Order: sequence, then C-alpha cells, then structure tokens
Amino acid sequence: MSTSTPMINRYKWYEIIGIYCGIALFLIFVLSPFVEGFLVSLKPLSRLFSSPYRFWPEHGSFAAYSTMWESVPGFARYVFNSLFISGVATVVVLMLVVPAAYAFARFRFPGRGPLLGAFLAVNMFSGAVLIIPLFRLMRSMGVLNTYWAMIVPGVAFLIPTAIWLLRTYMLRIPKELEEAAYVDGASRLYTFRRVILPLAMPGITVVAITTFINAYSQQFIYALTFNSKTDYMPLPIGLFAYFGRQEVIWNELMAASFVGIAPAMIVIFFLQRHLVSGLTAGAVK
Amino acid sequence: MNAKKSAILFAWLLLAPAVLYISIIVIYPLIDTVHLSFTNASLRKTYAYVGWLNYEKIFNETFAGVILRTFIWTFFSVLTKMVIGTCGALLLNSAVPGRALFRILTMPPWIVPMAIGIFMWGWMYNGQFGMISGLLQNWGLVDGPVAFLAYGETAFWATIITDVWIGVPMVTLYMLAAIQSVPQDLYEAAWTDGAGRFYRFRRITLPLIVPALITMSMISLISTFNSFDIIWILTQGGPSGSTTTMIIDTYKTAIGSYKYGEGAARAVLICIFLSIFSYAYFRVTSRISMESAR
Repeated sequence: MSTSTPMINRYKWYEIIGIYCGIALFLIFVLSPFVEGFLVSLKPLSRLFSSPYRFWPEHGSFAAYSTMWESVPGFARYVFNSLFISGVATVVVLMLVVPAAYAFARFRFPGRGPLLGAFLAVNMFSGAVLIIPLFRLMRSMGVLNTYWAMIVPGVAFLIPTAIWLLRTYMLRIPKELEEAAYVDGASRLYTFRRVILPLAMPGITVVAITTFINAYSQQFIYALTFNSKTDYMPLPIGLFAYFGRQEVIWNELMAASFVGIAPAMIVIFFLQRHLVSGLTAGAVK
Repeated sequence: MNAKKSAILFAWLLLAPAVLYISIIVIYPLIDTVHLSFTNASLRKTYAYVGWLNYEKIFNETFAGVILRTFIWTFFSVLTKMVIGTCGALLLNSAVPGRALFRILTMPPWIVPMAIGIFMWGWMYNGQFGMISGLLQNWGLVDGPVAFLAYGETAFWATIITDVWIGVPMVTLYMLAAIQSVPQDLYEAAWTDGAGRFYRFRRITLPLIVPALITMSMISLISTFNSFDIIWILTQGGPSGSTTTMIIDTYKTAIGSYKYGEGAARAVLICIFLSIFSYAYFRVTSRISMESAR
C-alpha cells in the first residue's frame, strides 16, 4: 500500500474512462487549430479548395515549406525582426526591473504598497487604449517606422509581470546574507551587485524567459500602427499582410506559421517546468 | 544622513529608471488622452478645444450599442473561459498516467504568437473549405457551407470562441496551481470519515478555490475587455459592425479616420470602465486576504 497509489487516489474503471474522455475533449479544443493548420500545410492547394471536406491530406507533401520562402519573400527577415524586437525588449525590461524588484523586495520606504499597486495597474492599459497619445509620442520622438516604435511601448507592458515575478523570487533570498555583507563593511550597491545578483540569477533567468515569450507572442498592435516599413515588420504583421490578400495561399501561410512558431514550441518543451511556475506566478496579482 | 534615510534614498535610486519609464510611456499618455478628448485633434498640426462635444457625440445610439455589445462579448467570453479552464484544471489534477504530458499540451495557445493562432482560426471558420463548416457538412448537420465570419451573429460567437481559446490555458494552469495548493490532509481526513469524491470536491476543493476563481475572473475580465488582436484579424469589427467592441471602435475612429479627439473620448470611457473593474478587483482581493488572515 505504501508503494502503490494511495487508496484515496484510486479510481473506478468508469471514472478513469470519464477522466480520459474529458481530457480528450479539452485537448481537442486546445489543439485542433494546430492539428488542422499542420494538415493544411501538407495539402496541395488544389486539394485544399475542393469539396467535400477531407480532414486527412491526400497526396500530402512538405512542398509548401519550400515554396513559401518565395511566396513570402520577407519571411526570414520577419522571423529575425520578431526575435530581435523580443530580445531587445527583454534586455530593456531586465535593466529596469531587476533593481526595481530588489527595492520592492528588501526596502521599506513610504509609499511602497501603492507604488507596487500602480505598477501592476499598468497592465490595465495595455493594447489599444493608449494608442493615440502613444502614436503622437512616437512621432514626436521621431521613432515611427523604426524598431524602437515597437520596442518602447511593448516594454512598458512587460514590466508589471516581470517586477511581480522577480520580487516574489527575491523575497525568498535570506536577509542574513546581506546583513553579513553590511557587517563586513560592504556598501549597498556592492552588496546588490555581488551578493544579490548572483543569488537571484535563477529567478532572473525565469523572468527573462517569460518576458521573451510574452514579447514574442504579443507583437501585433504597436507593430501594426507604428511601423509601415516592410523591412522592420515582425512575423505576425508580415503574415497578416499576406493573410489579408484576396487569394490567400493557405497551405503556404500555415507552413510559414509553423516555422514561425517553432521557436516558441521548442522553448515550451525544454523549459516547461520553469514556464508553468513563471507564467502562473505572474498571473497572481 | 542616518542609515534609514540612506536606505530609502537607495531604494528610490533603484526604482527611478522603472518609474521614469512608466511615467513617460503610460502616465503621460493617460493624461494626454484626457486632454485630447476635449479637442478636435486630427492629422493637422493645430487643434482647438471643443469642450464636451466629443462626449456628446459618442453618447448617441450607435455607441450605446457598441458599449452593450462589448459587455455581452466580454461576459460570455470570460464565463466560458472560466468554466472550460476550471474543468480543464480539475481534469488535469486527477491522478492518471500521462497528466504531465497533458499539462504541456495545454500551453500552446498561450505561448505561440497570438496572431498566428488567430490565422489558424481564420482558416477553420472559412466557409467554403474550412474545417468546422466542412465537418458539419460531412456529418450532415448543415446543408451547405457556413461562412462563419460573413454573418453578424456567427461572427460574434466565432470571435468569442477564439478569445476563449487563447485565454483557456492561463485559466487552466492558474486554477490547477490553486487546486494543488489545497492541503492534502483535508482530503485524507474527509476520506477517512467516508466522504465520497464528489462530496470532497464540493465541501473542500470548491470553497478553497473560490478566491482564485474570483481573482482569475477579474484578470480575465480586464484582458478580455481590452481584446483587440482577435477581432481585428478575424473581422476588423465587421460584418456591418457586429463585432465592433469599444476598443475596435476607438481604434477605427482614431487610427482609421484620424479623429484623435473623438477617439480619445472613447478611450477615456474605456479607462473609466477599466478603473471600475480594477477597483472592484482590489476591493475583492483585499477582502479575501483579510478573511484568510483571520
């Protein structure tokens, strides 16, 4: 009894069937667009536009994965832009958030609670609400139609979750370590750089990954509004232009989508344990 | 300068970059939105103050309809997300082989670029050749092809379903974390007393996850109310305005028609609604934390 499943968790056979059926239904809902999208990417265009509908591809091939590079000429550039924008945004977020999270985790100062609340409230205004003044701001800063027009507003809305996550992590670092450093005569800045930063590295890594994933998955509205240069378009916008055409070449669009989401998929499988803790802790506000 | 004062100064130095950044990119635009809402700002360099004119203009019948539509859209989306997400969390919490894999498989809609997931739904909703219409026809449930995004009624629900799809993973994983934080010995004590599985769920799990349910509903409410990408990619607010929510309407007015003043008035209204939601959220969460502290 001690080695096998505890009695309390044992299911009757019909309960197990019920659970698996439920999970199957749930996963069908979550995954069917990906399955269908992948099958579409394998179907030749002529088969795609034929009735009656067939779920499994006949004469399936990976041809779309090679022809798409010609149909979507900027594809490699779009993927690079997406990664570049997310990468720079992540670096900027970390530079702002690491000191701020330390201040929130360790120092008592007047107005700490309201200030933390104000940071979290920033998330409320993400997206399109502030689009008009942001547009004017980007224009007066002279950064419209550059990478910065997409990075600068994006960073602001990545900060709240990152601060919250990192603060939670830093609260767990024992205070005694800093006190020992102070006793040895170390300055606050030295203690922050030489004691706290190395200890917080695992937390900073989780925050960096989470921020990068969020930045990569949410590139749309600022890129749509603040940039019209094809050379700087991130993947979602590049494909959106292609998606909006009269005659959409669906199999190539889906092939391009799958190549575009590959980085995210790879990250999920390698880092899923960190991700679950990072993403859900970020949700607890 | 004593030690306490220097600590406070150091804390503010650490905070300064982030505070400055948010002030410029969020606080200033917020103030500017309110300011612009009283002007007739457009593409022209100069603009004049017009008083409450922009607000008077939006309180006509069409916009009242937009507000109502936004609330209905948001309500059904949040409700469905919470129901599916919580059911998913309960299922993934059961001790069956393979659950670690099932949890990973829940994540893709959340992790992949949102726009790309929406493109895939765009194909699924395709009338002539899309999967949903195709399967319904093959099973004989509908007579001809159904172009879901071409009719107001179906487009409205189609955009909700896609929004639910994007929101469900977060709700599921968050609720799963909440369910797993319920102390195991409560279940064991109840089980020893002969309580069945359903009874344990109703009397132990459910009361203890209510705070998480409320928190997650409020977070979903704010993000759903702000939802832009899904509607913009699938329908751009159409057909004939049937999926135009407040945020879409604001964007069309401001960016599409360059009426910055009128757009700003709409944005101010959205901010007021969002503030009410957030205020309610903070009140509810602080009450919950006070009760659990007792």
